[in-house]
Formats: sequence, structure tokens, C-alpha cells
Amino acid sequence: MMELYLDLISPPCRSVFLFARALRIPFEFKVVDLATGQQYSKEFGDLSIVRKVPVMKDGGFILTESTAILEYLMQKYSGSVADHWFPADLQQRARVNEYFSWQHMNLRTHCSKVFLLRALYQIVMDSEIPKETMDFAVENVKQSLNLLEEKFLQSKPFILGDKISVADVVAIVEIMQPFGTGFDGFEGRPKLIAWRDRVKKELGEKLFEEAHEALMKSSNMPQKLKNSGNFAQLKPILQKLFH
Amino acid sequence: MALELYLDLFSQPCRSVYIFAKKNNISFDFKKLSLLDGQQYGEDFGKISLIRKVPALRDGDFCLAESIAIMLYLAEKFKTPDFWYPADLQQRARVNEYLSWQHTAIRMHGSEIFCLRLMIPKVMGVEIPEDKMNAALDDLNSSLKLVEEKFLQDRPFIAGDQISLADLVAIVEIMQPVGAGVDVFEGRPKLSAWRDRVQEAIGKELFDEAHQYILGAQESVKSMDSSKMQVFKPKILRLFM
Repeated sequence: MMELYLDLISPPCRSVFLFARALRIPFEFKVVDLATGQQYSKEFGDLSIVRKVPVMKDGGFILTESTAILEYLMQKYSGSVADHWFPADLQQRARVNEYFSWQHMNLRTHCSKVFLLRALYQIVMDSEIPKETMDFAVENVKQSLNLLEEKFLQSKPFILGDKISVADVVAIVEIMQPFGTGFDGFEGRPKLIAWRDRVKKELGEKLFEEAHEALMKSSNMPQKLKNSGNFAQLKPILQKLFH
Repeated sequence: MALELYLDLFSQPCRSVYIFAKKNNISFDFKKLSLLDGQQYGEDFGKISLIRKVPALRDGDFCLAESIAIMLYLAEKFKTPDFWYPADLQQRARVNEYLSWQHTAIRMHGSEIFCLRLMIPKVMGVEIPEDKMNAALDDLNSSLKLVEEKFLQDRPFIAGDQISLADLVAIVEIMQPVGAGVDVFEGRPKLSAWRDRVQEAIGKELFDEAHQYILGAQESVKSMDSSKMQVFKPKILRLFM
């Protein structure tokens, strides 16, 4: 059976998890615990030298990168994946590709930064987060959310139009990330809230909640990291996140 | 109305789109956009793309941003040869994997080196601390290592025996630090051999044409108007926060 190596604290793991479960694609859930540095173990390195999650293993074929995994699943299971998830239409398909490409260095980077600053800065850098750094990070999230609303959503129910697609799934998991540290990216954005509720409904509320459970309980992550026994080795690697 | 491509060949993703379109004999209107002159912030360009980045495509009423999306659109619309974006499940996945990974890896690190080595010191007159420069070089080296050890391994090209969008996107990014005087191919015979194969597959003339500006960057910065760049200064300095 296909294996998915996941830590649901990670947004790209959640998009793959949500999609596979929502479309009833069978897989074996292989837990990876990022907070204890499992991605730096020898075994994980043998699976993927990039040492990131998610990873997919389908028979002998190993694949990294969530958007690549999502596209693989949609192509492999094309018979049972409705067209609206990844439309064959030239322009609609282009819009998914455009979103997939843009989000890496924009919404994903900025939402992750806020999460990482709030969750890890103090224990990794042994000091408080500088106010300017936090303000800059929050401003970047704001700019990305503005573009999401003004360019990608506009007045449509979903990014592509009337129906949900993988673009919405990839978007929502990133906006959810700072919630793990009590930062609500949706605050003051009724259009985005309405979109979020639509996406949750399409995927299934229970499934959405299940996918985000680990994130919502991640306030113990710094402590877990510190107690993991790998902390001394992980610290310099993590410090690079804050340059 | 002909297909329009808004490009500045100083920009890596503009080069990949340019090369792809020319190689596949796709006719287009080359709309030159000068990033250094801040043309991406003009009102007209805002109508093409709210993201205000290059490359951008306009095909009739349809506007599209993001080089990868643009090339995939062109590949599908003009039915380019299969090897660029193979229909085979696993080969396509390999291309997608590279195209995804590269954004926050080689693209980011190559761009940073170009900025730190050339644009900031020469054009803006700001000195880069040595430790910052070394950290950036380390990052670039890690990315290049992964290109060789994970994405290439012992294959002629990233997806296998033939060139694909992955190699095209890879090469334009790897050329960026070269434009700043950092020879990333030195001491990397595997990468050099791959570069030669990619150049041959694209055609040396087209490859050189696309890269003439970036390879002349060290010269052209000497005559660049540094006062124009001052508007970018606060934004760039904040990147060090």
C-alpha cells in the first residue's frame, strides 16, 4: 500500500493528508515527529536526503514535495478524482499552476515565519523576538493575504470559481499554520472567513478538524523539542531559520 | 492580438520562459520590462499582473503570472514535444518535484548571492558582512549539492535521458550567481557536464542570447544609476532582519 510520511504540524503534510482522505485514496500513515528531529535520523535520510516532509512511497517510487505528490495522486487516480480538483481546461489548469508556484515564496513562507518565530525563536535564539522582526513578519502575511483575496479569490467562491480545487486546499493549510501559536490570519477578513468555511464544508468539517488537531495542540512543541535529547544538534540548524 | 510575454532577461524565470518559447518556435510579442527602472510598479503593468513580477503572459483576455505556470500553459496550448513535460506518471512527478523544490532552494540561494555580491555593494554601496556572505555561500552550496545528489544522480538530465522543464528552470537559476562572478561550476564536473548537455539541447546560440545580460552584469552595474536603486534600499536592508 502507498505510504505517506507525515507530521500534521506541517502545512504541506496537511494538504496531502486532507486530499487523500477526502478522496478516499488508500494510504498507510507513517508518523514523522519533527519536534524530536526525526527527519535527521539515518532512516529518514535513507528515505529522502532532502530530510523534509511530506514524503510519498508508492511501491519502489519515492516522491517529495506536496504539490508534486498531489499531482501524482490526481494523475494516478484520475478515474476517481472529479475534474474540478485539477481541471483539464487550459486556463483553469493554468490558474492552479499559477497558485501552486506563487504560494511557495509568499503565503507559505510568510505564514510559516510567523509560526516559527512565535513557536521557536525564544528557545532557539535564547532571547525575545525583536519587535521589528515580528512586525515585518506580520506585515508580510498581511500582504500575502491581500493578494490572495484581491488576485486569487476576488469575488469567486473558490480560487478557480464555483468549485473547490487543490489550490484552495494548499492555500488553507498555510493560513491555518500561525493559529498554532494563537495568531489568527483570518481576523478582520470576512471574505476569507467565508471562503474558509466553504472549503471546510467541501472537505468535511470533521476531517479538517482531525487534520489540524496536532497543530492546535502544538503549544508544547518548544518544550518537547528541548527535552528531545537532540536539541543540542538541532539548535544550530534551527537558528538558520532566523538567520 | 499576438501572445505577449512581459520579460526582463536579468530575471531567471524570464530567461526560462524566453528560451522555452523561442526553442519551440512559439511566436510572441516581446514586451520588455525594466525591473531596475521599477516598471513593474507602473499602472499599466498592474493591469497585466497584480503580483507585479516578471515574467507575465497575456494571451487575448487571459493574463498569467509565474514562469512555471506560463511554460506549462504554452506546452499544453502549443503541444510541445513530450519530453519537456512527460505524460508518464513517474517522469512527470520528477519534473514537478524539482519545479516545486527549487523555489525555496536553488532559486532563493542563487538570487541571494547575486544580490549580496553585486546589486547591493556595487549599486547601492552597502557593504555585506563577511559572515552573512559566507552563510549565503553555504546555502548555495547545499542547494547545488542536492541538485547533483538527488535530482541528477547518474542521469543525463533530471527526468532521465532527455531535457525537460526541470533542467531549463534549473540552469537559468544556476547561471544567476555566475553573473555575479561566482563560478558555481568550478570543482563540479558532474554539474558542468550537465550544463553542457543542457546548452546543447537548447542550442548554444539561444542559450547565449538569453544569458548575455546577466553575464554582462558585472560590467553593466558600473554604469547603473545608483540613485534609481535607492528606492529599493529599505526593502533590501529589511531582508537582513
